[in-house]
Amino acid sequence: MKEQQPAIQVDDLTVAYNYKPVLWDIDLTVPEGVLMAIVGPNGAGKSTLIKAILGIIDPIAGSVAIYGKPYKEQRKLVGYVPQKGSVDWDFPTTAVDVVLMGTYGKLGWIKRPGKKEKKEALEALEKVGMLSFKNRQISQLSGGQQQRVFLARALVQDAAIYFMDEPFQGVDATTEIAIINILKELRKAGKTVVVVHHDLQTVPEYFDWVTFLNVKKIATGPVKDIFNDDNLTKTYGINYKVAINK
Amino acid sequence: MTEPQIEIQLIAAVVAIACAIPGVFLVLRKMALISDAISHSILPGIVIGFFITHDLNSPLLIILAAITGILTVVLVEAIQSTGLVKEDTAIGLVFPALFSVGVILIAKNANDVHLDVDAVLLGELAFAPFDRLLIDGIDFGPKSLWVMGVVLLISLVLLFLFFKELKVSTFDAGLSSALGISPIIMHYGLMSVSSITIVGAFEAVGAILVVALMIAPAATAYLLTEDLKKMLGLSVLFGVVAAILGYWSAHWLDASISGSMTTVLGIIFLLTYLFAPRKGLISVLYRQRQQRTEVSLITFLLHLNNHQEKEERHINHLQEHINWQRVRSKTVVDLAERNNMITIEEGVVSLTKKGLEFTELALEYIITNRDEKIEHMKDDFFLFRG
Repeated sequence: MKEQQPAIQVDDLTVAYNYKPVLWDIDLTVPEGVLMAIVGPNGAGKSTLIKAILGIIDPIAGSVAIYGKPYKEQRKLVGYVPQKGSVDWDFPTTAVDVVLMGTYGKLGWIKRPGKKEKKEALEALEKVGMLSFKNRQISQLSGGQQQRVFLARALVQDAAIYFMDEPFQGVDATTEIAIINILKELRKAGKTVVVVHHDLQTVPEYFDWVTFLNVKKIATGPVKDIFNDDNLTKTYGINYKVAINK
Repeated sequence: MTEPQIEIQLIAAVVAIACAIPGVFLVLRKMALISDAISHSILPGIVIGFFITHDLNSPLLIILAAITGILTVVLVEAIQSTGLVKEDTAIGLVFPALFSVGVILIAKNANDVHLDVDAVLLGELAFAPFDRLLIDGIDFGPKSLWVMGVVLLISLVLLFLFFKELKVSTFDAGLSSALGISPIIMHYGLMSVSSITIVGAFEAVGAILVVALMIAPAATAYLLTEDLKKMLGLSVLFGVVAAILGYWSAHWLDASISGSMTTVLGIIFLLTYLFAPRKGLISVLYRQRQQRTEVSLITFLLHLNNHQEKEERHINHLQEHINWQRVRSKTVVDLAERNNMITIEEGVVSLTKKGLEFTELALEYIITNRDEKIEHMKDDFFLFRG
């Protein structure tokens, strides 16, 4: 069944804040197994698109399907890395405890994480190079380390599709490498990954699929076919030139 | 101790524990002011409930008042969502309006009901033991102890069942929603528990002091721990300590029990604010001073590293060369010497091997911000603790 269905299918999606549309009639098909960047200027609705797909905000029109079914039925297939700045890092908890939160979805209401979940959380921390910080208070972590904890939390969700909201935002070199390695690993495992991305220079290097977004969808498809000055200019509104490697 | 004395302390402690638990989540959600709003705006609910039941401890009254509490939250959110005013303004608009409806209702019916504004604002624990729970003539103890006991039990059961849900929805509402743990349900659940708790505690401690019982223990615990479970435990502990110390200071001072409890909480918070190991004022000031010294130390070591010429490294000239600010040069030189980072021969300062290694490592950290290399230095130097 999976082979036939696109990983993500968005139809006529419109989202508005206080009656002002921030996403306008978005149609988007994301095939299984791609690493996709969503690019666009500030206020283009990139985070909003992810949040609408994940049901965090309600669209005023349109529908979303994950492998052909509504998100609510497919939650367990989806992992999410929110923007690092969206939470209060002074919250009294440790790195491993934050990672454990990734297991809450599969556990469902009331049931607590046990040994199995704890083991998964530690493995995920190891993958992002944060095992030695497992009992560190999250406020005592650097920005990059906090981002890696968020990444580990998504990994324990053990999903088929991952959504990451600006994971490269303000991170150090170690973290950037860790994220890239994870992305590669996820691609190798056949996962679909959607990343809100700001650094246009690195799009061709990190991703094989791209969506240009500015309230409306400008273009979507393979990086090698559509990542060009024409689409960049349409998206960013100015005569945009980017040095595309190769 | 007489029996009423024990009963009053017991009621005070149960009230304090019941308030402390939702208080922790209100503080972490930055919603402390909402408890203030609820505590005032439940008044019309209490008054109407009292007209109907003529019993402050009636379940109907508690439910009516709790509904007014939820209504407060809904109204605040509705006004806020217009985008015309901010949350604090919305709170400031809603609760005085509801509270004044309650005040007018009391004033208009003052002859019929035994309820006055003073008691509403401050409560009176001392009278609590007089209102007994009698079933078939058998005395089961003070009614308010039963009411608050049931409220506390509900709170504890919900906390135990939904601890993980409360945690994730408080820390990261976006993820919580994506995982299918609706932050909206958790929000209104917490608001309901807070409302019921405030209504239950109302008679004992009044509308103003109940806020202190909810917020002060949690705020104090927040300064002392970075573990949610410990924060809950400490909040409960502070609540109980305040209940018992508050009772006895009221006894000695011949003053209001609830007022004394709140004063004790205030003193506990003040002491914690000053002396908490990591977040306390004194610790923060000490750390800042230490950091200034260490920045000066690194500046000093870098200077030594950069200059081979003797006149640049002479102890008498160092002061002007480095242009020390705020930290006395002697402190820095002593610190460096104590750590075997420098040697002084005939007034000329030289880096030791250890000093050189330290300088290079510190420099690399400052440039690359790569944490793992300086892990072992974190215990000795504040600068690297982040």
